[in-house]
Amino acid sequence: MSGLPDPRIPAGPIADAWQRTKEGLPLISPLRKGQIDVLVVGTGLAGASAAATLAQQGYRVTVLSFHDSPRRAHSVAAQGGINAARSVAVDGDSVSRLFTDTLKGGDFRARESGCQRLAEISSGIIDQCVAQGVPFAREYGGSLATRSFGGALVSRTFYARGQTGQQLLYGAYQALMRQVELGRVRLLTRRDVLELITVDGVARGVVARHLLSGALEVHTARTVLLCTGGYSNVYFLSTNALKSNASAIWRAHRKGALFANPCFTQIHPTCIPSGDAFQSKLTLMSESLRNDGRIWLPLETGDQRSAENIPEQERDYFLERLYPSYGNMAPRDVASRRARELCNAGRGVGPGGRSVYLDLTDAIKTEGREAIAARYGNLMTMYERISGDDPYRKPMRIYPAPHYTMGGLWVDYQLMSSIPGLFVLGEANYSEHGANRLGASALMQGLADGYFIAPSTVTAWLAGNAAPDVTPDHPACREALESTRRRIETMLASGGTTPVDSFHRELGAVMIDRCGISRDAEGLRDGLSQVEALEKRFHGEVRVPGEAAGPNAELEKALRVSDFFGLAQLMLRDALAREESCGAHFREEHQSPEGEARRDDVNFAHIAAWEHQDGAEPIRHSETLQFTALQPSTRSYR
Amino acid sequence: MKITLRIWRQPAADQPGRYERHGLADVSPDVSLLEALDQLNEQLISAGQRPVSFEHDCREGICGSCGFLVNGQAHGPRRATSVCQLYLREFEDGAELTLEPWRAKAFPAIQDLMVDRSAFDRLIAAGGYCSTGTGQAPDGNALPVGRDQATSAFSTATCIGCGACVASCRNASASLFVAAKLAHLGQLPQGQPERASRARAMQDQMAAEGFGSCSSNLECEAVCPQEISADWISWMHRERRG
Repeated sequence: MSGLPDPRIPAGPIADAWQRTKEGLPLISPLRKGQIDVLVVGTGLAGASAAATLAQQGYRVTVLSFHDSPRRAHSVAAQGGINAARSVAVDGDSVSRLFTDTLKGGDFRARESGCQRLAEISSGIIDQCVAQGVPFAREYGGSLATRSFGGALVSRTFYARGQTGQQLLYGAYQALMRQVELGRVRLLTRRDVLELITVDGVARGVVARHLLSGALEVHTARTVLLCTGGYSNVYFLSTNALKSNASAIWRAHRKGALFANPCFTQIHPTCIPSGDAFQSKLTLMSESLRNDGRIWLPLETGDQRSAENIPEQERDYFLERLYPSYGNMAPRDVASRRARELCNAGRGVGPGGRSVYLDLTDAIKTEGREAIAARYGNLMTMYERISGDDPYRKPMRIYPAPHYTMGGLWVDYQLMSSIPGLFVLGEANYSEHGANRLGASALMQGLADGYFIAPSTVTAWLAGNAAPDVTPDHPACREALESTRRRIETMLASGGTTPVDSFHRELGAVMIDRCGISRDAEGLRDGLSQVEALEKRFHGEVRVPGEAAGPNAELEKALRVSDFFGLAQLMLRDALAREESCGAHFREEHQSPEGEARRDDVNFAHIAAWEHQDGAEPIRHSETLQFTALQPSTRSYR
Repeated sequence: MKITLRIWRQPAADQPGRYERHGLADVSPDVSLLEALDQLNEQLISAGQRPVSFEHDCREGICGSCGFLVNGQAHGPRRATSVCQLYLREFEDGAELTLEPWRAKAFPAIQDLMVDRSAFDRLIAAGGYCSTGTGQAPDGNALPVGRDQATSAFSTATCIGCGACVASCRNASASLFVAAKLAHLGQLPQGQPERASRARAMQDQMAAEGFGSCSSNLECEAVCPQEISADWISWMHRERRG
């Protein structure tokens, strides 16, 4: 492969460009669809919605999930809500405002055509979910309720208490199970996808390991959709589920799919801080809490008094002070950076001074405990379980944690990667969020991709690219299977004594320190050499007990972590090459005297797309971003 | 603190199982029980032994992957808590905890604390949905849903599919799981057209999977991490008759 494929951005004005594109896409008759196999990997919002929709259109869909049930996919954990421009409240929201907020929130590092399409589709997603029976919060009169989220001045976030992701996922899951019952979807659970199969440069299947029998299987199709989520677990401690991994997208990258802006990773400001060395994950406290919660630190460095003993005038509500118009609703990257700076300056509270207060006391006083419980009940309980403190009586302690990855496989406007026939949906792709995703936009994007975009564009690809069937005895399939088998054998034969988690923990410590909220060239170079050394040690010193046959959780982990090493290096390289500060990517060298990010539109108004090379350094391509509807402005929330 | 874990070890469904005792001599009270198992597994791996298999993923109580009996109670002693949210600070220093898998005919054993809960997926496939297509849907505000009605439907829709209700029931009944789904959809206007057929199909599937029937012991409600009320089971029985 050479260079960057055409991103297929529609010509003409961006408003209604998607409608025009869709109307021009070729179709396939429903009868013929029944003879075409489609492979969907992953059953989160993007995967389940795409699989259900494609099956309903008539395709023969095979769905692979590494969970025991599609309902476990990590979309289930999304808390706060889903954005949609519906102008329900009289606050002046519109498609164009959601477009503007998304593009500006992403610090002008996304395609404006994609942001526009997302804003146009958003309203229909809510209708779709309501029809499925998703129990959104309602006003007394029966209409859909909304709340506001960071980076927005309007109330456009639809929600189901603090369990919106769960409810949207169950809607998509139930639609998927209906297609299973109708015989249109073959659901294969407990399969870990370990390799992509290409024939003549076109994606035609995957190699998967059955997580109970250990058998390696080949699954072939006319097209492959990767809907496998993000890679925050590179950092070891993150808000992601423990099994969330990057293997499918990383293996596809090694087979030729370009990886876009891997360094754009979001560190979410409001998470329960880490404590014990054996802590296995960080838990998010939804951004929606910032609607009613105020973030503060004691004014004095080293103030040891407990929160309730610090009088009002000795508190620093630092987001309200620094960002008077957005206040506590400043976007995630800004809020995280400020919290970290103050903690580094010794102002932090809690063990090791690594947290700030998120205080709901004022809201509880004015609205009452019951009103707050109705809005955030499950979050309050979760906080109490984990921390042992009662958030109704004491302010919560929070700290930023890796949460979402904007970076992902490069896709064109039609969600196809640089490997023809390989589509990438949801968090796994690089698309509308640019350098920073706004709260409640991930659910919107995952479902837009799955319910509305991919069903049209996948059909268009299939209509124009007839190809003979590929069977598992095709040389390309046998070779992919063999190389995966060898990889597993090598892993099991490694004669070391150290468990996988220990390496993963070390990798995470390097990455959060060198490639986290704040980055600089020296640190990134040091990080790169540390990760290279760690990868070498891993392959010599790791112990993977057990055999290839049967359940083997340690082998699963070892395969995942071995892929994280390569991805971590690419993240560091990308962060090093991007000599500017934008969105979640903050380079110490590029900031204003007030400590705000300094973007460089002359040299970096582009998507960096990395090409893998065996045994050599990856090549950085760039796709220039054009802005016609909205000119890049300094992203200021003050 | 110090704890002893007495864990059910069973290499495979067709092989016999037994309890194995392992001590953790120095563990923080601020780790979860699953993190204590992680710690034990690192010790076992370093000693060249097979680690304990257990299901887990999100570790924040929402994915429904985890679940086993702790001293005979599904998800352990704390109400409204899945086992990933159970912290060692709940137990006395030096406590011994017996960990066993869910035991039910419809949940075949896999290994150690893991069982096969795919029967739940088949229950949903039997009718746990609104038969709506994707693409064009009517305006979500066209069907008003009162706040109390929406809240009540939501409270039943929160089921995470962990299986604790089945494991705690002397009849290994999935009544609470099925009732919760029927109540979620049956309380909303979108769920009305298929309300009766859904109730029949899901209850028939429940019997076909080998789940027992309800004899009102209410253990299911007591162990449910989402505190779904067993009153919905009576509601479900009325649905069937109606």
